[in-house]
Amino acid sequence: MLGSDPATRPLPTTPPLTVAPTPSPRPPGRWTRGHLPGEVGVWVFIVGDMLVFGLFFGVFMIERGADLEGFREGRDSLSTAFGAVNTLLLLLGSILVVLAMRAVREGAPDRASRLILGAMATGALFIVNKGVEYGEKLSAGITPGDGGFYTLFYAFTGIHLLHLLIGMGALVLMRRLAIRTQRRERDVASMESCASYWHLVDLLWVVLFPLLYLVA
Amino acid sequence: MSILLRQSRVALVVWAGLSVATLVSWQLGTKEGGEPGAGVSAATVAVIVVTFVKVRFIGWHFMEARDAPLLLRLILDAYVVLIGGMLVAMHLLTA
Repeated sequence: MLGSDPATRPLPTTPPLTVAPTPSPRPPGRWTRGHLPGEVGVWVFIVGDMLVFGLFFGVFMIERGADLEGFREGRDSLSTAFGAVNTLLLLLGSILVVLAMRAVREGAPDRASRLILGAMATGALFIVNKGVEYGEKLSAGITPGDGGFYTLFYAFTGIHLLHLLIGMGALVLMRRLAIRTQRRERDVASMESCASYWHLVDLLWVVLFPLLYLVA
Repeated sequence: MSILLRQSRVALVVWAGLSVATLVSWQLGTKEGGEPGAGVSAATVAVIVVTFVKVRFIGWHFMEARDAPLLLRLILDAYVVLIGGMLVAMHLLTA
């Protein structure tokens, strides 16, 4: 009978491999289990930005150690009220965005929109406050070129102000996504990314305020 | 709105705590005295420590890291300890 003899039996045929075998989905491991609030790329940027500011903080302390007298005079010339009020404004902006994100998840776009507008108002007040402070310093003849404390003051607060402006843009995007009638699957992650970035702006200022206005 | 406030009680308590901590740091920093080089200021160390406790709360409760993967939680906690510790150490070394 054909095939009964091993020497004449036809070779087993295997179906041609046209696509790579699909790996079975692995359950998340202990390092990746949980909910990442936003996109991975945004979080890579946030952590990187925090590290860069960590470097700024270190540079500030080194420069301060080399010129304690100059940094103390610099600090004393600042109005602590400006820094403290701005800290309170950003903290208020952050809690409004926390509440807005909650409203988004509960399917309340109008409430989310109002809360995001409130957060944008705190950002706008921060900018006004910072503008008045810069104006006072510049009119008193204190410029970024003065070296020492003031160069770092203008540099760090200026870079932070740039972050805040980008954060305002993120809030505009977040609001547009929040009030969108037909939400796409990735919109919630995009809104979480915007919210996380806004909190980063708050977090960085929470360190800059004591460093520049209190510790120096 | 009342439902929202009730469900967000933890975040609101954290926000109130952070605001109070800001006012306390303001007072501590304003009252700090002594001449430069006169020695370590306990108030300054306290201000830095309070600051990084605030950073941890912002990361945990506002940025929602408490529900995030372990990797991100570890990164944020390491940041708080390392950068906060570095600033305290640099203050102690240069005061």
